Amino acid sequence: MSISSCTCGQDVTETELMTRLEEVIKENKDKAGGLIPALQMAQIIFGYLPDMVVDRIAEGFNKTITEVAGVISFYSFFTRNPRGKYLVRVCLGTACYVRGGKEVLEAIKKRLEIDVGETTEDRQFSLEVGRCFGACGMAPVVMVNDETYQRVKPARINEFIAQFATDEELVLEGEEK
Amino acid sequence: MSMCTIPKICSVSDLTALREKLKKENKKISKDDTQQILVCFGGSCLASGAKDVRDALQDELEKAGMSDKVQLVETGCMGPCVAGPVALVGEDRTFYQSLKPEDAKDIVNSHICSGKRVERLMIADEDGKIPAPCRQDMQFFKRQTQVVLRNCGWIDPIQIADTIANDGYAALAKALTGMGPDGVVEQMKISGLRGRGGAGFPTWLKWSFAKAREADTRYVLCNADEGDPGAYMDRSLLEGDPHAIIEGMALAALAIGSNQGYVYVRAEYPLAVERLNIALDQARECGLLGDNIMGTDFCFDLEIKKGSGAFVCGEETALIASIEGKRGEPRPRPPFPAVKGLWGKPTVLNNVETYANVAAIILKGGEWYANIGTEKVREQKYLL
Repeated sequence: MSISSCTCGQDVTETELMTRLEEVIKENKDKAGGLIPALQMAQIIFGYLPDMVVDRIAEGFNKTITEVAGVISFYSFFTRNPRGKYLVRVCLGTACYVRGGKEVLEAIKKRLEIDVGETTEDRQFSLEVGRCFGACGMAPVVMVNDETYQRVKPARINEFIAQFATDEELVLEGEEK
Repeated sequence: MSMCTIPKICSVSDLTALREKLKKENKKISKDDTQQILVCFGGSCLASGAKDVRDALQDELEKAGMSDKVQLVETGCMGPCVAGPVALVGEDRTFYQSLKPEDAKDIVNSHICSGKRVERLMIADEDGKIPAPCRQDMQFFKRQTQVVLRNCGWIDPIQIADTIANDGYAALAKALTGMGPDGVVEQMKISGLRGRGGAGFPTWLKWSFAKAREADTRYVLCNADEGDPGAYMDRSLLEGDPHAIIEGMALAALAIGSNQGYVYVRAEYPLAVERLNIALDQARECGLLGDNIMGTDFCFDLEIKKGSGAFVCGEETALIASIEGKRGEPRPRPPFPAVKGLWGKPTVLNNVETYANVAAIILKGGEWYANIGTEKVREQKYLL
């Protein structure tokens, strides 16, 4: 299980998701330190942490919304905005930085036409930066959901992105460029 | 995968008998074995395609009718990540690097079937000359004494039988039967082990502070929120030998009188979390974690707490706040965690690498460990 991957299929109704959230709250609310695991699970269920989820968790844990929001804003893995199917995380840790991580990031930004923290309009890709995935020998490294990709080259970003784009148009667009 | 393949261990003699049995009956999983292909499944090699290489090797072995004669082992990190994917093949441990699935055919047909090494995949050593074909010939490995990494790159980290066949949990058994908590701390003191997170505080002293505190509950925590640039010792250990960390933490718990531990792993290491989870399930299933471990009064369990991407949580007080479900903000010390830690209780917090040393020290003795290293630094450090 991962915090990053979104399991929110289109065919799952909001009621079903809320039922799952209730289970998560019930399971964690009386556990010491249960708030963060509950937020992690909620993010897996919804793909992000929308207001109504945060409100419900605050209520369930008998905490103020500000307290819960404070925890969410502290940790970079939590997001209040919807994320794409693929979460692209470019490592800017020291080793990757000196081996061209920044250029990789710029190339991906240009290719996806989004900035860090944003999601493409078709909800396929979200872009984030990371701090060291512990694969420094392979720098520069990019993580897409839970998979690590090594020695990513800025010049070959179109190919790199194309392997995830299931949408035909996007693949074609990538090849043309 | 988390299925436990070994019977429940209800006593120390159960563990000894099982270890002897595994060593005798299944030589394949001990280090002395001859017919093995060890494929590195460390995070780095996986990123460069180790899984496809393994699958290709499996296919070729089947085609050659060798799949029941040669055992393919997915090991933890072997070390030379830049050369990945890497593998060790055959009885002399020939080291192959930068493997591609297409290379599997040559390895199986030439090396395994006709005993002829595949030269083009071998490493040229420092002077640029081939051969330095075998692990023991390579400068990279030659100068290493593996204590922390005793199993890393040798065994399948998610097979508890592999761990037990290589003396896993033997130190815990020893501590539970003869030494007791004071004996454990004493050996740690003799060993001179100091914290491996960076500050180098004597481990035994930290433990005895927590032990001396009057309390109904104490906690044992493991800091796996690694974040130094270019350093991934903790990741390699968690992925390559998770049982060593579990055993080390159990020994710490026994020493200070704790029943509950937490491993705080950063969210950037999903594979480490996955393998540690499997290892925890296996240890629980066969009675090496939980109530009355090996039939004694000792009860100890471990839980993983996943980080959520905050660099500062590697600092001990911030890490504790994060486990408590709060913003991971550091607080001034004192009081130190050994006095007032998780939920206000005495808490021992050590680094992954520190815990990975503990079982080796207890099993072979503090004095043995103290003899490793230089005159002034009588210890071992896992360097990258």
